[in-house]
Amino acid sequence: MEIKLRVFRFNPEKDAKPHFDTFIMDVDPNDRVLDLLEYVKADFDSTLALRRSCAHGVCGSDAMRINGRNYLACKVLVKNLKSDTITVEPLLGLRVIKDLIVDMGPFFENFRSVLPYLINDDPLPADGRERLQSPEQRERFEDTTKCILCAACTTSCPSFWADERYVGPAAIVNAHRFIFDSRDTAAAKRLEILNQQIGVWRCRTAFNCTEACPRDIHITTAIAEVKKAINTGKLD
Amino acid sequence: MANIHQFDVIVVGGGGAGLMAALNASKTARTAVISKLYPVRSHTGAAQGGIGAALGNIEEDSPDWHTFDTVKGSDYLGDQDAIEFMCHEAVQAVLDLEHMGLPFTRTADGRIAQRPFGGHTNNVTGKPVRRSCYAADRTGHMILQTLYQQCIKNNTLFYDEFQVMDLLLVDGKAAGVVAVELATGELHVFHAKAVIFATGGHGRIWEITSNAYAYTGDGCAITARRGIPLEDMEFFQFHPTGIFKLGILITEAVRGEGGILFNAKGERFMEKYAPRIKDLASRDVISRAMYLETRAGNDVNGQRFFYLDVTPETVNKYADLDGRTRPDGTPYHVTAAEIMSKIPDIADFCLTYLGVDPTRQPIPVQPTAHYAMGGIPTDKYGRVVVDEKNTVLPGLYAAGEVACVSVHGANRLGTNSLVDLVVFGKHAGLDAAAYANGADFTPLPANPTELVDETIARFQNGSGKERVAKIGSELRAEMFDNVGVFRTQESLEHAVEKVKELRERYLQVKVTDSGKIFNMEMMQTWELGNMLDLALVTAVSALARTESRGGHARDDFPARDDVNWLKHTLAWMNGDQVTLGYKPVVITKYMPKERTY
Ligand SMILES: Cc1cc2nc3c(=O)[nH]c(=O)nc-3n(C[C@H](O)[C@H](O)[C@H](O)COP(=O)(O)OP(=O)(O)OC[C@H]3O[C@@H](n4cnc5c(N)ncnc54)[C@H](O)[C@@H]3O)c2cc1C
Ligand code: SF4
Ligand code: FES
Repeated sequence: MEIKLRVFRFNPEKDAKPHFDTFIMDVDPNDRVLDLLEYVKADFDSTLALRRSCAHGVCGSDAMRINGRNYLACKVLVKNLKSDTITVEPLLGLRVIKDLIVDMGPFFENFRSVLPYLINDDPLPADGRERLQSPEQRERFEDTTKCILCAACTTSCPSFWADERYVGPAAIVNAHRFIFDSRDTAAAKRLEILNQQIGVWRCRTAFNCTEACPRDIHITTAIAEVKKAINTGKLD
Repeated sequence: MANIHQFDVIVVGGGGAGLMAALNASKTARTAVISKLYPVRSHTGAAQGGIGAALGNIEEDSPDWHTFDTVKGSDYLGDQDAIEFMCHEAVQAVLDLEHMGLPFTRTADGRIAQRPFGGHTNNVTGKPVRRSCYAADRTGHMILQTLYQQCIKNNTLFYDEFQVMDLLLVDGKAAGVVAVELATGELHVFHAKAVIFATGGHGRIWEITSNAYAYTGDGCAITARRGIPLEDMEFFQFHPTGIFKLGILITEAVRGEGGILFNAKGERFMEKYAPRIKDLASRDVISRAMYLETRAGNDVNGQRFFYLDVTPETVNKYADLDGRTRPDGTPYHVTAAEIMSKIPDIADFCLTYLGVDPTRQPIPVQPTAHYAMGGIPTDKYGRVVVDEKNTVLPGLYAAGEVACVSVHGANRLGTNSLVDLVVFGKHAGLDAAAYANGADFTPLPANPTELVDETIARFQNGSGKERVAKIGSELRAEMFDNVGVFRTQESLEHAVEKVKELRERYLQVKVTDSGKIFNMEMMQTWELGNMLDLALVTAVSALARTESRGGHARDDFPARDDVNWLKHTLAWMNGDQVTLGYKPVVITKYMPKERTY
């Protein structure tokens, strides 16, 4: 089928402001949007810059705005978009560096701010084996272990657009992953961090994040559980 | 002038092997990680199946059994001292990961869960043993995340989105690397006492692959250009069930659940090639059968694919024909819901990319290039060894898929790559730090960026008569057709000539983007050069090896030949010339035997 592909372009070394390039191409409805961008590089304009690696939705490189919504370019097919015009733009809320590449710095900084690692200074089991954890305890934080840090959620959030200091849904998801891990001992510290001005209370439950998540994480639920833990001081 | 940095240890690559090396090296030495991708984007995150270790959490197991299974799986080309070391270290490595916070799936009594995997057995009964430690269907993702989390905790220093383009060797010792900072285009020289390459594999030289775009073999190509040999490059694993055209992996668990492979005539063709175990034959056997079917014109639509059918009707029909039963003796009959619950991720891939619900329609599949058994030769401490006598090059290390220890020999068992990353990543890190603490900096060469400057200038000043995308697609097609699952003298000679022609034409490419900021065209042009080098080494190594063993199948030499070929290939690159040498396989306990399952 014939597609009109509109791609956001910005070359900081040449352009005063961004513009769109339009490419008319014949594509397979089953092509990924990422494939279309690769066709652009191969056949139309090899200078197009974007990030990508795994090409099947597991590495988190190519989150971008496609027809007004955040997707992984490698996980959305032409036919799913139900339109013969496809508009591709960089993620909102992060500085555009070149074409579809944005500055991920603030995103990873927010991630790091919630202490996203296991904290447990207790001695290891005397036999040197694993710390025990029941299947139920493990299941408690299963959903939030799936995050690939693609930023689709955070950059779809109106509160983040308003203020990039807001830690954002992805950071809360990753805090949740440790807060509810029975082996971790620093939940109180993380809840304190998330209780700050730029923490969970900036969330207005817009649900954009949950819709954008390519891993189908129930982000709004995770945020609600964190809010509840802050309010009640309990982790059940 | 380039920016110069000094570190005791430089780790190139932020995947499983690189992060493990960094965590261990930074305990005692000033360490930095350089990675072309953000570390969490590394391909380790794609691994699903699990990591093998004889924990014995569910049933009796032992590291010695794991050792034997790995030796046998390698078609006896693996070095037995290294394999024994890895399989014994695996147990502690997995426990270490748990202690770091890795969320393994758990058994009812709270221990790390384990499941069976191809080729892993109880050596007494010969039956499958539950050895693969897993975290749902996302073991690689969890390993990568956990190691990255630990790096954040330890304040590991990262140079993210810096692409290493050259290795500096002075007086036969490592002196550092040269990298381009993608965000600025600036060159950086990293002066180091020890350098660890952990850059992953090179499956992108084949048309159909399960591998990421980033798998362009940078580490192997960089070191080969500096005179270091590459080991066993003819051994590359083709997995039989990649999604048609896309190459995305469909795990063999689908066939374990009763899925059947069909050709265009609707024949269950594996009956012809593996009459006993049919669709559950090993990866190399099925990939070869598909190739033969294609040559006989039995592929679907003449498009080199087949159908993998896991709909309940088909599964139940053939289960009846095969007399397959459940453990309690009742006939093996499944429902759509049961299949969905067993292969949820595969179902997601099929629905997303093919619009196929695997419980209602067959999945189009074809062999997909999957894993590099060969690579930079190392010993079991990750030290790079540069000749037939295993002479160590001081200060240079490699670990992970880029390295060839060799623990996988001619064929890697499932779950053993993740073990390899963690065990040898750790030891490379420890050894590199110990070495650095007892060594001085080797002075940098007078013009450390010379080679990189020349390369970039060549890309900018090329005639532009040839295009990167065109050369790349011709290369991938040639490799898939002629250095693929099946090889012959004729096909390999063809490939060697074709790759040489492509290398000539490559000299005529031009990078049209003249900017410095995120000049991805420049990097991808350079990556194509790496792939052309590795393709040539692979084809030449394969042409010389006149036997079939593991992942290297020669139509004209179908048998394994231990008398002449029980040895590792070493290949040195010198421009268009590839010089071959050989070194013995280390055999300690297990004499080569015929490999049957
Ligand atoms: C789909 C799939 C499923 C798999 N499943 C399993 C499984 O179940 N069990 C198993 O054991 N194995 C599995 N494997 C194999 C295993 O996942 C890989 O072999 C392994 O993860 C490789 O890890 P690594 O650390 O060597 O490389 P990677 O994790 O790929 O990391 C390479 C790193 O090097 C960096 N890099 C590369 N080039 C440069 C450069 N020029 N400059 C700077 N940095 C560079 C990259 O940025 C990246 O950080 C699977 C592989 C695939 C593709
Ligand atoms: S929660 Fe989902 S959308 Fe957000 S970063 Fe993680 S994977 Fe991406
Ligand atoms: S390229 Fe990896 S998620 Fe799209």
